[in-house]
Amino acid sequence: MASCILVGTRKGTFLVEKTGGRWQPKLSGHAGSGVNFVARDPNTKTLWAALGHGHWGAKLSRSTDGGKTWADAPQIKYPKGARYLATPMPGEDDPIDAPPKGLKLQDATLLKLWHIGFGQEGRVYVGTIPGGLFESSDGGESFELNRPLWNHASRGGDLFAGEGSGHTDWFGTPASEGEFAPGIHSILVDPRDAQRIVIAVSTAGVLESRDGGKTWSGRNKGMLNDYLPDPAAEWGHDPHYVEQCVGSPDHMWQQNHSGVFYSDDAAQTWKRVSAPERGVHFGFPVAVDAEDGRTAWLVPGKADNQRMTIDGALFVARTEDGGQSWTDLREGLPQENAYDVVYRHALANSGDLLSFGSTTGNLYVSENRGNGWQLVAGNLPPIYSVRWG
Amino acid sequence: MASVQLTRHLHEFFPQLTGQVLQVEAATVADAIAEVEKRAPGFSFYICDELGRLRQHVNIFVGDERIRDRQRLSDALAPDAHVMIMQALSGG
Repeated sequence: MASCILVGTRKGTFLVEKTGGRWQPKLSGHAGSGVNFVARDPNTKTLWAALGHGHWGAKLSRSTDGGKTWADAPQIKYPKGARYLATPMPGEDDPIDAPPKGLKLQDATLLKLWHIGFGQEGRVYVGTIPGGLFESSDGGESFELNRPLWNHASRGGDLFAGEGSGHTDWFGTPASEGEFAPGIHSILVDPRDAQRIVIAVSTAGVLESRDGGKTWSGRNKGMLNDYLPDPAAEWGHDPHYVEQCVGSPDHMWQQNHSGVFYSDDAAQTWKRVSAPERGVHFGFPVAVDAEDGRTAWLVPGKADNQRMTIDGALFVARTEDGGQSWTDLREGLPQENAYDVVYRHALANSGDLLSFGSTTGNLYVSENRGNGWQLVAGNLPPIYSVRWG
Repeated sequence: MASVQLTRHLHEFFPQLTGQVLQVEAATVADAIAEVEKRAPGFSFYICDELGRLRQHVNIFVGDERIRDRQRLSDALAPDAHVMIMQALSGG
């Protein structure tokens, strides 16, 4: 079981450790800068942080001394010729009777570092906006864009080589900083077989590779998109975050606009297991027990048109039977005047420990699988990510 | 030689440049950035994106004038030009 919580916030990276019987946060680094995600590489023990400097762009940072000091890592850059199909917005200079623009081919530049995943020894993966999966095979000394995914047919084909098909099923997310572009926020390497990688894209869906990233296929069968003309469309899904059971990776979970979805066959099919009558439907993060893939935790919100707690009361929902039933876990959490929103990377578990953080700067910990909670800190900056490490 | 002065915000990331007004041989603003990059590797990616364009919330002045070419930073520098690199007053 991990003993340290890594917290990425809008104003820096915090480490939280239990000393003297209390969980105590300490500012570790990146003071004043946005930190989208922080995690520890389980192989090398290096801490990695995905920064979003407001003025200076997205930067990777790392610490090899447990967070005492941080330094810029080798930076991620889109290679020359990386292009994508973007939807141009009407511009100030466009005459009111300008013809429709359609999609345009746009040169890719790094807008956001969103998620960091770890594979076998030395392999580090970073998900970005616009829609890039960057890989390192040397412990993060250098990164390369995964071109088979970038050139996938679902996003218009090989735009390095030519004009492609002119059609993309990858849409955009307002989580991008600067423009409406797709983003990769979930990267899962199968602990049994590092050649199997699952990623999730806002807004396209889930894709899987079984050959270490050489080829990719959509894995959205059973997903429902209540807001699209065809709810069962292959693409256009907005998985908020996808997680797997480490000990039994065929069990995968996600939560999105259209509910909670569970797969017990390695994302080959998904099944909606929401319980909207209990308030378990819309939300962002999901955590999965490391041994029992049927056990998962969520922090539900009211709905996608009211991204807030239900009636001002904060609770965690847990299932232990693959979503057939849900238990509200409220002990220790505020039940009135609480409007915490928990982002996709801001809930995590390790053994019996759970922690989550909210955009209102509250960080909570449970030491008993969510049955009871304690507030660790109530005045942190808006929290973007929580990981045990 | 042109001189280059940085906002102190950048000193946080490049402490080796703290307190310095850099003297560089540069015919254009792009040349000046390239010279600073030699002394502080990684600097240019803080100022510009992968395509060499000035980041949206960064400004560069030559003397009292904001540069005109944010795409390629081709604004010419006189031998005694003073270049200031700063961030926009944006954020929250």
